[in-house]
Amino acid sequence: MTTTQTSKPLPDATLARIRKRCGEGVFSVSSHLDNLRLYVPGSKLVELATILRDEFGFHLTELGGADYLGYPGRSPASHRFEVHYVLLNYDTAERLILKSGVSDPDPTLPTLVPVWLGAGWMEREVFDMYGIVFHGHPDLRRILMPEEFQSFPLRKDYPLRGRGERHNFERVTREDS
Amino acid sequence: MPVNLLDEPDIQAENRDYHWTLNFGPQHPATHTTLRLVLELEGETILNAIPDIGYLHSGFEKLGEHLNLNQYVTVVDRKNYISPPMNEVAWHNAVEKLLEIEITPRCKYIRVMIGELARISDHLLCTGAAALDLGAFTAFLFAFNLREMIYDIYEEMSGYRFHPGYTRTGGVMFDFTERVTDRIEKFLVTLPKILTDMEKLLFRNKIFIERMRGVGVLSKADAMAYCASGPIARASGVTYDLRKDEPYLSYSDFEFDVPYATEGDCYARFHVRMEEMVQSARILRQALDKLPSGPVNVPIADKFPMPDKGTTYGSMEGLIQHFELVMPNRGFQTPKKEVYAAVEGPSGELGYYLICDGTQVAWRTRTRPPAFVHFQLFPHMIKNHMISDIVAVLGSLNIIAAELDR
Repeated sequence: MTTTQTSKPLPDATLARIRKRCGEGVFSVSSHLDNLRLYVPGSKLVELATILRDEFGFHLTELGGADYLGYPGRSPASHRFEVHYVLLNYDTAERLILKSGVSDPDPTLPTLVPVWLGAGWMEREVFDMYGIVFHGHPDLRRILMPEEFQSFPLRKDYPLRGRGERHNFERVTREDS
Repeated sequence: MPVNLLDEPDIQAENRDYHWTLNFGPQHPATHTTLRLVLELEGETILNAIPDIGYLHSGFEKLGEHLNLNQYVTVVDRKNYISPPMNEVAWHNAVEKLLEIEITPRCKYIRVMIGELARISDHLLCTGAAALDLGAFTAFLFAFNLREMIYDIYEEMSGYRFHPGYTRTGGVMFDFTERVTDRIEKFLVTLPKILTDMEKLLFRNKIFIERMRGVGVLSKADAMAYCASGPIARASGVTYDLRKDEPYLSYSDFEFDVPYATEGDCYARFHVRMEEMVQSARILRQALDKLPSGPVNVPIADKFPMPDKGTTYGSMEGLIQHFELVMPNRGFQTPKKEVYAAVEGPSGELGYYLICDGTQVAWRTRTRPPAFVHFQLFPHMIKNHMISDIVAVLGSLNIIAAELDR
């Protein structure tokens, strides 16, 4: 069976050029269908992203995180969290996904805001939902949850119905206000 | 060069006594939904706008990790509730890509049609409300009245007016009947008249044009740096359209143009949306004419679709398949894979980063919400404009709070 979406051929030539430019060992590659994923350690992320933007014309379109705690078949050596950066080349319509893993107790990644300004809010959302800190982010505050919220709701060890935050929410009556 | 966020003026700096702060929203009628802005003003000029969002956060992505792939379609409906079918198309596009299901040609056409109807419905509200906020009430009534016809089509095809929940893994809930296509035919006759009426009202209206032109300018470099997509990016000269450049469903069968502008102001965005409706109508016309016959769902032997009543009660395979899908802890298998798939939504790239873990319930359903990505442009676009320009810029960005906060 083929996919519903017309899959573009993997940008093999582009991948070879990126590999040649960056040298071996900077990233490892995996792919599924037309998604080509480059796994890159946090220390090399900004460098690779800058090269991809300046020399290969890629731009960020999507940024998000995932928590793999308890994911079936995942090796214990893997990172607990992964952040994905979907890049798009507007001229050639090639897509590329950068993935970077982090683990407790110090989930920290460098920020990509200096490379693409649009990463600002999306990194804030990942911080809000997973507690991943983006080092160097100009304004890393919670964005969707209230500021006084303590947990990170999209982590797998956070229950669907919360930990009673809603019931214990401070109530301000008309008389108090 | 893109403006650098890091160069923002220091809010704590001294000698700013003449600046004042205004709270805008979250229940201001011009924000339409629950948006809050904290504005720093000098007189009526905006020096800085700080959006504060999250008032409508409902944990949709967490819910996606507890509902199965078909149940979640009712939740994606409620993200961009101005164009629910487009969310469904985007969601099942990602699901079917991950499961490697090839849907039938008829289903592809039907999904193109409901998607384009949703796009028209979204653009009608966006352009209508943009006019309403600038005082042109009649244009809004014309647009909103026409959306009623689109709701009637939804009702005819699925039984629900607002949130159809129409797509299913491997197909759609019900096939299109003649009554649905008749309604779409009638709609296609009415649409150009209404668009002409709106154009007559607005495009020679000096007040409207002066409040839109040159306001909220977004350069091409900024559009790309800020991840803008859809009509907002196209109004700034980024001519990317997923329907043309990465054709999904059956978009490669249709002839249509991608409207774009280079000015990047509110007026350009308004024009791009008006023209996109004309192009969507073209696609609808061709899809109606070429609508293939044949089955609408993949065969039940594939184990994905819910069989209809006749098959369930009339055949053993149908009964077994129905049982498998409705009983908890059964259902179809998913690969332990992840995939990103996007479609061209009404306000930009609408994508899902979907991770499955072998069960019918997704591990992670990350939405790429165009409204969220576009709203961070707002402080940049509104800087050094007047308070009254806020409604023009907000209206042209088409921020839907349910999608923004999810």
